[in-house]
Amino acid sequence: MFKEHIATYREEAGELLAELETSLLDLEETPDDDDLINRVFRAMHTIKGSGAMFGFDDIAAFTHEVETVFDLVRNGKMAVTKELLDLTLKSRDHITTLLAASVEGAEIDNAAGDVLIAGLRGLVAPSKANESQPEDVPSAAANTPADQTDQIEQTDLQTWRIRFQPNRELLLCGSNPVSLINELRSLGDCLVTAQFDGVPPLDALVGEHCYLYWDIVLTTSRGEAAIKDVFIFVEDDCQISIQLIDDQAAGEPEYKKLGQILVERGDLSPEALKQTLNQQKPLGELLVDQGAVTSDKVLSALDEQQQIRKIRQEQPAADASASIRVPAERLDQLVNLVGEMVTVQARLTQVSSTLGDATFISIAEEVERLTNELRDTALNIRMLPIGSTFSKFKRLVRDLSRELGKEIEMETFGADTELDKTVIEKLNDPLVHIIRNSIDHGVETPEKRIAAGKPAMGTIRLGAEHAGDSVLITIHDDGGGINRDAIRNKAIELEMIPANAELSDQEIYSYIFAPGFSMAAKITNISGRGVGMDVVKRGIEGLRGTITVDSELGKGTTITLKIPLTLAIIESLLVKIGPSHFVLPLGAVEECIELSREDIQAAHGRNLANVRGRLTPFICLRDQFVIGGERPDIEQIVIVSVRGERIGFVVDFVVGEHQTVIKPLGVLYQDVKGISGATILGDGSVALILSPGDLARMAETAELAQL
Amino acid sequence: MGKIVMTADDSASVRQMVAFTLKQNGYDVIEAVDGQDALTKLAAKKVDMLLTDLNMPKLDGIGLIKGVRASALNKFIPIVMLTTESQDSKKAEGKSAGATGWIVKPFKPEQLIAVVKKVLG
Repeated sequence: MFKEHIATYREEAGELLAELETSLLDLEETPDDDDLINRVFRAMHTIKGSGAMFGFDDIAAFTHEVETVFDLVRNGKMAVTKELLDLTLKSRDHITTLLAASVEGAEIDNAAGDVLIAGLRGLVAPSKANESQPEDVPSAAANTPADQTDQIEQTDLQTWRIRFQPNRELLLCGSNPVSLINELRSLGDCLVTAQFDGVPPLDALVGEHCYLYWDIVLTTSRGEAAIKDVFIFVEDDCQISIQLIDDQAAGEPEYKKLGQILVERGDLSPEALKQTLNQQKPLGELLVDQGAVTSDKVLSALDEQQQIRKIRQEQPAADASASIRVPAERLDQLVNLVGEMVTVQARLTQVSSTLGDATFISIAEEVERLTNELRDTALNIRMLPIGSTFSKFKRLVRDLSRELGKEIEMETFGADTELDKTVIEKLNDPLVHIIRNSIDHGVETPEKRIAAGKPAMGTIRLGAEHAGDSVLITIHDDGGGINRDAIRNKAIELEMIPANAELSDQEIYSYIFAPGFSMAAKITNISGRGVGMDVVKRGIEGLRGTITVDSELGKGTTITLKIPLTLAIIESLLVKIGPSHFVLPLGAVEECIELSREDIQAAHGRNLANVRGRLTPFICLRDQFVIGGERPDIEQIVIVSVRGERIGFVVDFVVGEHQTVIKPLGVLYQDVKGISGATILGDGSVALILSPGDLARMAETAELAQL
Repeated sequence: MGKIVMTADDSASVRQMVAFTLKQNGYDVIEAVDGQDALTKLAAKKVDMLLTDLNMPKLDGIGLIKGVRASALNKFIPIVMLTTESQDSKKAEGKSAGATGWIVKPFKPEQLIAVVKKVLG
């Protein structure tokens, strides 16, 4: 299509050149004919303008020289002389040559053109010194608003204050302020306030005039040039002020006060501001009351304040150098991949030690070291401080204690303790239940407290601290404590234990967490249905965590939750029973001892081992999981701490420490008791992850059933 | 129904290029070969915008702009001058006659469209 335009141009230029020739010859007869002079000028002008448009730059450049001369003639600054007409006719012939050359691609005699140009300039020089000094032929880059839209200037986000005060007659020039403002909107986040104070009374109003003006706060990354470009057609006859008010590079979190903005804009004097500040109502309102500024001005200034504050608030999140927001699933994916890698690395280590090649082993060790670092780093990414959860409970304590007529203060510590994000999310519900319980059953009413010689204000302390690869979360109240006899009686009443059972404090307290167990005399809104605490226990055990309860009657109760730092990869102890591998969380393991045939005989059929003079109950996992085969002569007992008690698990052989990447057990198996997951070992086989808490309870239940 | 743009230019090649570019971008185009022709056509037809050359026979661009601003039918339409003079007095003269904006020749089709879009809002 462009070719077609070019063909049209050639045809047109040919016609114009023919017409030019006639005009020039006529002009020789009547040198004062303005119409002829204009015709010559127009012909040159069109040849030049269109020539440049369709890529005939040489024609445009040359014709420009002739046009310049005729512009002077047209304006009466030069006379039409025989010499001029001579040169112009020769120039016209030269243009014809140029045009023909462009078609045939022939050589162009530039020298001839230069001679003509020199001649033309020579004619001009005496009449008007230096007027025709090489003025650049207008090029495509010359001051056309649209070129600037081509180059997108990308800077940091900046906020600009723009006041656009149009000429009254703006509308009569066909400009539409709305489209200008819309154009600004297309540059970025924009707050626009229209100012009406220029609108005259109705009888003085001219319908075609524009009385409004606008205050605009614009946040854009496009820079000042892009803003100016919007106003390019109106900048000469409208008042436009563009001020940079916020450069994000230098952003402090707070932005200027309203008064400061108004003073800066020149809408308010500093003195008036000072005077007003000595009074008390909101500043904006006062200023309007006093007539110092109009309400629209205040609204606009408030807009600016709001805009910048908003931008600055968003900034920390957008600040790439400090932190990046990443969707959680991507982190999960990363952790999963690291998990896969840990598994492969275990295999590499195993293979390398089997092969026994020293070089290979050293590479495998290097990979192991790197993998461990990678694992720690990847897991660390998901760590979040637990503090955000804590602050939610402050509100809970405040509202609930008020409802119950109690005075309770909440203290927290260790809010910056970091835990895996998923762990924190899953901790929320258990903590709500425990704290509700403490408020409802733990802390007494002010009267009771005073009677007991305690301060009327009760305290609940919620805290978190690191302990090895776990985090301890403690919930302490200084209330009445747990009445262990009451629990015991209730448990007997509910036929959970026989009346003559001898139980440790921990065992008794564990009934608090039994399903359907409630000590509340009456069911309240807050607790007492007996569903709360067993939910807590399940929740915490779901996190591979444990709960311990300590209580002193009259002094208070402390519930401690021990939660592993992460759910994805754990340090564990790999053990073997017959052909099967099992994994025990290393955090809970206290020691490993041997169990010989003699020890078993000495125990007379009871599963108790004598560990340095202390009787320790044990569970034979071979029996528990019904694994056949011969028991080795010397077995191993892995002693694990379960709810503060030491319980042994008898296995054939302790393989050693193992990085366990936890794989969930599918829907069908997820409720299997005693097993909390599975992992893939270096040789590709599967090992089940044991849940010591569950296994201990299963053994207890079985034992009790035998009684 | 696209917006109607009139292009007034004595150069057939420029008119052709402008018309083609505008039509490709969904505008309807009315062509006028000089200022007089444009005024005559504008007296009978409401258009959305006028693109005019400044140097034209019979009635030049400035005269055309004044004429349009004095008319009843198209008084408030945006008028964009096509000019070769990038900074000279013609632009100011055109502005004071009531032109809305300008575009400097030579221009590329996309520049033309950018300016048309700008003034049409």
